[in-house]
Amino acid sequence: MSAHGASTGTLARFAVSPARRRRDRIARSALLTATVIALIPLGLIVFYLLSKGLGSWSTSFFSTDPTGNTFFKSQSIGGIKSAILGTLEIVGLASAIAVPIGICVAIWIVEYGKDSWFAHTVRFFVDVLTGVPSIVFGLFIYIVLVVGTGSTYAGYKGSLALSLLMLPVVIRSAEVILLLVPGALRESALALGAPRWRMILRIVLPTALPGMVTGVLLAVARAAGETAPLLFTAGETLKSNSDLGQFTNALPVQIYYDVTSPTTSVVNRAWGTALTLVVMILLLNVIARAISRRSRLA
Amino acid sequence: MSSTRPRWEPAEVEPEAQRDLSAQGAPGAGDAARSVEQPTTTPNGAPPTPLPAKHGLGVRLEQLRAFYGSSEQVKGIDLDFRANEVTAIIGPSGSGKSTLIRCINRMHEEIPGARAEGRVMLDDLNVYDASVDVVAVRRAIGMVFQKPNPFPTMSIFDNVAAGIRLSSRRRDDLHGKVEWALRSAGLWDEVSDRLSEPGADLSGGQQQRLCIARSLAVEPEVILMDEPCSALDPIATLKIEELIDQLKTRVTIVIVTHNMQQAARVADRTAFMLDGALVEVGPTQEIFTTPTDRRTEEYVTGKFG
Repeated sequence: MSAHGASTGTLARFAVSPARRRRDRIARSALLTATVIALIPLGLIVFYLLSKGLGSWSTSFFSTDPTGNTFFKSQSIGGIKSAILGTLEIVGLASAIAVPIGICVAIWIVEYGKDSWFAHTVRFFVDVLTGVPSIVFGLFIYIVLVVGTGSTYAGYKGSLALSLLMLPVVIRSAEVILLLVPGALRESALALGAPRWRMILRIVLPTALPGMVTGVLLAVARAAGETAPLLFTAGETLKSNSDLGQFTNALPVQIYYDVTSPTTSVVNRAWGTALTLVVMILLLNVIARAISRRSRLA
Repeated sequence: MSSTRPRWEPAEVEPEAQRDLSAQGAPGAGDAARSVEQPTTTPNGAPPTPLPAKHGLGVRLEQLRAFYGSSEQVKGIDLDFRANEVTAIIGPSGSGKSTLIRCINRMHEEIPGARAEGRVMLDDLNVYDASVDVVAVRRAIGMVFQKPNPFPTMSIFDNVAAGIRLSSRRRDDLHGKVEWALRSAGLWDEVSDRLSEPGADLSGGQQQRLCIARSLAVEPEVILMDEPCSALDPIATLKIEELIDQLKTRVTIVIVTHNMQQAARVADRTAFMLDGALVEVGPTQEIFTTPTDRRTEEYVTGKFG
C-alpha cells in the first residue's frame, strides 16, 4: 500500500490506490442505488396509470358527462367531459390571475425592491405562502367568498383559491430565474441609454423567458392536480358548464369522488381520469417547451 | 428647471487646452487635431463611410468622490478628458479606475449602496445635476465593458440596433445606422452576410467589436472603455486598438487599462491613479518617460502593481 516511488517504480505514485478505487466504487453504487429506488415508484405510477386507466378510455369517456348513476349495472355511469372542461376553465382562470401578477411581483423584487426592507418582507411572506397547505387556501376562499358573502360555491371561487396557491410558486421561480440573468446585460442596456422599464422588457424578460415558462408550468401543474382547494369552493357537479359562476367539476375532484365508490366501473373511471390529468399536464409541458425554445434565438 | 442648474465656470480653460495638444510630443497626441478632417477608413480597408457630422465632447471631473457604502473608492479627483482625445487611466487593481469611469455615465449609482459626490461636467453640463435625466446622460456617454456581453437573445443586427431601439431614438434608416456602426467598429466585412445569426456565436474579439458597434449606434459623444481588451487575445486586442485610434475622430474616449503598453499605444494622455487618488496626468509619453511623481515612475517601470 505504501506507494513510494523508490521502492515500487517511478509511476507507482501516480497509480490509483486500491482503497480509493474501493471508495469510489462504493460511492458510485450508493448514488446509483438511490436513483433506482427513486425510479421504482415513478415507474409503478406510470405502469398502473396506463394499465388501469387506458381500459376505461373510450370516445364516450371524453364526450359525456358523468350521469351520477352508479347503483344499477344496466345504467351508464357516463364519462368525465365536465371534469375536463371544468379543470381547463378553473385552472385557466387561475393562471390568468396568478401568472401576470406573480411575474410582476418577481420583477419588482429583483429589479426594483432589491435589498429594501419591503422586498425582504415580500420575499419572506412568499416563502411562508409556499409552505401553506393547499386546503388552507380553499378554506380562506370558503370563509371569505362562500360563507362571507352568504352565497354558494362557484367555479371562479375555485380559480381564486388555486391562484393563491400558484402565486408563491410563480413568484419564487420567476425571481430565481430573473436573478440568473447576468447583471452585465442589465448594465450594458442601461449604459446604452435604455430606460429601466425598456431594459426589463427587451433584455431581461426575453433572456429569462424559457426559465420562467418552466416555473409557470410547475405552478399550473400543481394547481391542476389540487383537490382540496376546490372541494368547498368550486363545488361538486356532474354537468358541464362554461359559466364559472356556477358549480364546476374538475378532474381531481372527480377522482376523489370516484375512487371512494363501491362500484368497480366507477373506480376504474377514477384511473382513467387520473391518466387524463397526467396526459394533459404532459401535453402542456411539451407545448410550452416548444414555444419557449422557439422564442430563444439559437 | 434648467435655469436653476448651477453652471460651472464657462469653459475658458477648455478650448485652449484643446488647442495646445497638437503641439505635444506624445505618440499619437498630435492625431486628435488632424484626424477630425481626415476621412476614416475602417481597419479592414473598407471604403470610407459617411460619418455623421458630430464629434466628441470634453468631460471634466471636479472633486469627484465615489463611495460604496461608507468606503470611499474615489477620493476627490479633478481631471480633464479632452474632446476627441483618448485618455488612458492606469493604476494597480483596486485603485478606483473602473469606479471613476462608471461615475462619468452614472453607472456607479446602479450598484446598491453606491453613490458619488462632486461634479462631472459634460461640456458645460453637470451630469449629476438634479434636473438631468440619467438616461440622456448614458445616451451621450457610451460604455464598453471588460467582458464582451452581446445580448444573448439577439442576432448580430438586433444587437447593434438594440441601442437605437432601447433608447427610443429615431428609428428611421435603422439598417443604414446598423451598417454604419458595424463598419465603424471594423466588423462589417466579417458579419455582413450573417447579420441574423446570434451575436453570441461570434468570437470574443468580434463580440467586443460588436459591443463597440452597439454603443456607437446611438451616436454618443463620449465612449468609456473599462479594460475592453482584458478578455481578448493579442490579435483581437490590436484590432480594438486600431479601432480606438479611428474612433477618436468623432468621440472622446476614456479607457481604463491594466496594460501599460496599451496605454502607450492608444492614449494621447494618461492618468495614473493610486488608492482612489489621481497621482499624475499628462501626455502619455511624459507619463511613461519623464513622470514627475516617484510613484508614477515606480508603477510604469514595473516596481509595483
